[in-house]
Amino acid sequence: MTESNPKTISKSINPKKEDVRIGLYICNCGINIAGVLQMDDMIEFGKTLPNVTLCKQYKFYCSDNGQAEIAKDIKDGLVNRVVVAACSPRMHEPTFRRVLKENGLNPFYFAQANIREHATWVNMYDHEGAQRIAKDHIRMQVAKVRKLKALETIKVKVKPSTLIIGAGIAGMNSALDLADQGFEVFLVERELTIGGHMAQLDKTFPTMDCSSCILTPKMVDVSRNPNIHIMAYSEVEQVDGYVGNFEVKIKHKAHYVDQNKCTGCGACIDSCPVICGNSFDLNMSSRKAIYIPFPQAVPGQFTIDIDHCIKCGNCALPNICEPGAIIYDEEDHYSTIKVGTIIVSTGYDQIDPTNLKNYGYGVYENVITGLEMERNLSSTGPNLGKPVCPSNGKPPHSIAWLQCVGSRDNREGYHPYCSRVCCMYAIKQARQYKEKHPEAECYIFYMDIRAFGKGYEEFYESSSHNFGIKYMRGRLAEIYQNPDKTLLIRGEDTFLSRPIALTVDLVVLSTGVEARTDAAHVASMLGIQQSSDGFFMEAHPKLRPIDSLTAGIFMAGVAQGPKDIPDAVSQAKGAASGAAILMAKGEVEVDPYYAVVQPNLCSGCRSCINLCPYSAISFDDNQNVAYINPIMCHGCGTCVASCPSNAIYQNHFTGDQLMIMITDVLGGIN
Amino acid sequence: MSKKDGTDEFEPFILGIFCNWCTYTGADQAGTSRMQRPANLRIMRVMCSGRVESRFIIEALKRGADGVLIGACHIGDCHYVSGNHKTVRRMPLIKEFVKQYGFNPKRVRLEHISASEGAELTEISKEFVKELKEIGPNPRNKK
Repeated sequence: MTESNPKTISKSINPKKEDVRIGLYICNCGINIAGVLQMDDMIEFGKTLPNVTLCKQYKFYCSDNGQAEIAKDIKDGLVNRVVVAACSPRMHEPTFRRVLKENGLNPFYFAQANIREHATWVNMYDHEGAQRIAKDHIRMQVAKVRKLKALETIKVKVKPSTLIIGAGIAGMNSALDLADQGFEVFLVERELTIGGHMAQLDKTFPTMDCSSCILTPKMVDVSRNPNIHIMAYSEVEQVDGYVGNFEVKIKHKAHYVDQNKCTGCGACIDSCPVICGNSFDLNMSSRKAIYIPFPQAVPGQFTIDIDHCIKCGNCALPNICEPGAIIYDEEDHYSTIKVGTIIVSTGYDQIDPTNLKNYGYGVYENVITGLEMERNLSSTGPNLGKPVCPSNGKPPHSIAWLQCVGSRDNREGYHPYCSRVCCMYAIKQARQYKEKHPEAECYIFYMDIRAFGKGYEEFYESSSHNFGIKYMRGRLAEIYQNPDKTLLIRGEDTFLSRPIALTVDLVVLSTGVEARTDAAHVASMLGIQQSSDGFFMEAHPKLRPIDSLTAGIFMAGVAQGPKDIPDAVSQAKGAASGAAILMAKGEVEVDPYYAVVQPNLCSGCRSCINLCPYSAISFDDNQNVAYINPIMCHGCGTCVASCPSNAIYQNHFTGDQLMIMITDVLGGIN
Repeated sequence: MSKKDGTDEFEPFILGIFCNWCTYTGADQAGTSRMQRPANLRIMRVMCSGRVESRFIIEALKRGADGVLIGACHIGDCHYVSGNHKTVRRMPLIKEFVKQYGFNPKRVRLEHISASEGAELTEISKEFVKELKEIGPNPRNKK
C-alpha cells in the first residue's frame, strides 16, 4: 500500500481525457426531498463537481415529464453520463437505465444517489445534516459515474417450468393458472394431502360457503391436470441456480405404502389395532396408524404413521391389502428437478396461546382455539357439526370469543401486527352457532372489529342485528374455571368503563396467524428475505408485493403476510402471472455484474477458486491462470477482494470505481 | 472537518459500505419508516460485503474518515451463500492493518443487519457516533 496524497484526486479524475459530460438531475420528490434540502444550494454545489456539465432539479424525475427532460438532454448531445439524485436505486434504477437505453446511451452509464431514504427521510429535522449527507452521496455517485464502463446485459434462457412450494389454496391456484397456460408445474406439499388449512375450515365468510365444497373440486382439478406433478409428503431440501435455471433437490418422505399399488380402498383401516390422535382434527378425534388425512384427500393413497405403527403386520396380510402395497422398510428418497421459476406459498402456523397463562389454554378444558372451534363446527369434524364443550360433550349454552389473541400484542413471543382473519372468523363462527342454537348467548370481546373486505361490514352488521350476537369492547384480563368446568371471564367493557364478570360454557381464543417456525430456514435456502414479522419480504411493499428480492422467486398467500382466502387467491394468481411473464418471454436479462480475471495479471495462485460458492472459477492449466465463467458467476465480488495480484475485477464494482467514491467523498469534506 | 461552529464537539464522518441485499435494503427500510438518526453516515453500496477490500477501509481512514461501518447479512442469510463469512474472516486482518497504520481499530466495525432491521441500523449508527465522539477525530484529519 503506497502512501497517497489527498491533493492528487483531481489529477486522477480523467487520465485519458475522455469526453465525459455528466448530467446531474436532483429530484425534489414532491416535498420529500425539497422540503428538507435547500435545493438552490444543492444545484450550485452540483455545478462545481468535476465533469458535471449540467445540473437541474425537477419535481418528479421518475414521471414522464422528468424522464423526457433527461431524454432530451441525452438526445441533444449535452450529456453522455447521468446521475439522478433521488430515491433508492432499488426503486428506480431500472426506470432511469431504460431512459438511457432508449436514447442511445449505454444503460450502465448511470448512477443514482440515494438522498431520500438515506438522507432526507432519516434526517427530517436536521436540515443542515441532511444537506451534508445528500451532497456527499451525490459526490460519490458523480465520482463513480465518471469511471463507469459500458456493459452488455447477459441474456439467460428461462426453463418453462415452475416449482410451487406449498399446496394450500394459494399454491393450488398458482399451479392451475400456470398449468393451464401450458407450463410444467411441480407442486410440492409437506403434508399427505394438498388443500392446506382451508381443508380444515367449515364455512367461509362472508358468504357462508362450505369450505370443502369450494376447495375439493379445485383439488381434483389439480390432480387431473396433466401439467401438474403433485409431490405430496415431500419437502424441498436444496435450491441452487438462478432465475430461469434453478436446480431443486426434493426429499420424498417414505409412505410405507406403495403409492402406485394402493387403491385407497381402506380395507387396512379396520385391521389396524393402533389408535392415535388425528392431527387433521387437531387431536380432537382419533385415527388408526394407517390412514388418509380426510376422505377427500388428494392424493388418496394410504400412509403408515411409522411413529405409532407397531408393525404387527395385520395390514400387510394378503387378504387385507390385496394389491400388496405395504412396505414396512421403505426409505425416504430424493429427486432433482430443474425449473425456471419458483413460487413460495408455504402458508402459516396458528399462534400457540399456551403461554398466555391468564387465558388458561391447555389447563382449562373448555378454552379452545379458533381452529379447534372450526373443527368443532365442521360436519366432517370430530362432533359431526354439533359443537360441544370438551369437558362434558354437551352443546354450550353460552360462548365467548376473545379477539386479538397473540396478535396486536407487544409482549415477547407475540405479534404487534393484525392477523386480518380473526375478527371475521369469530363473527362467522358465532353466526354459525346462532343459526343452529338461536337461544344460545354469543359474546365477542374485541378491541376493534376489522371488517374491511367486500361484504364484510354488512356481514358484521347483520350478525348483530339479525342474529343477536353481543359485541363487547375490551380485551379480557383473566379466565377462571368454576368447579362445574364453566368459565368465569373477567375484564372491562371499555365503552361503559365498567368491569365485566361473566360465566360462559365455552371460550374460543381467536388466535392469529404467524410465520411458519421454519420460515427462516426456507428463506435462507431460497435466498429470500423475511420482514421483521417473520413473513417473507416482498421486493417493494406497494409496487412489487408478490416478487421476492431474488429474481425468479415469487410468493403467494399468508407466507408473505396475513390475509384471507380471496386475497390469497388474488396474490396466487398474481404470482402465477409473474412467473408466466418470465417463462413466456423465454429469456431474462441479468445484470452483468460478473467478475473477470485479467490473465496478464493472474499469478496462478488459485486462492480465488475455493472462495467461490458457485464453483464458477476454474483453472486453465495451459496458461496457468484462473478463469471465471460469467454465466455461473453470481457477482458477489468476494474473489475480487481477495485476489493478491489484483487481477480480478467485478463489472460495475471495480476497485477503481469504488475507490474513487471513497477518495472523492473524503477529498471533499474539508 | 465538519465542526459545528461554537461547539467543541465534532461530527464524525462515517463511511458505510453496505451489501445490496441486507444492510442497504435495511437502510432503505429505515428511511421508509422515517427512523431518525444523526447525520453522520454516508452509504455506498456493494453487491456483497465479501467485495469489501482492506484497501477501501485503509484509504478511507487515511483520508480522514472517522469511522467505517461494514454492513453484511446475518451469518447463514448471505445472498451469495457465504460472502459474509469471508468478510468475518477478513476482519481480524483488516483490524491489524488499521492498527499498523496507527488508527484505533474501534474506528472499523462490521455489523450484521438484515433487510428488515432498519431499527437496528439506526441504533448502531447512534451508538457508533457516540463511540467515535469519545475516541475523538481522526488524527489524520488536519486542515
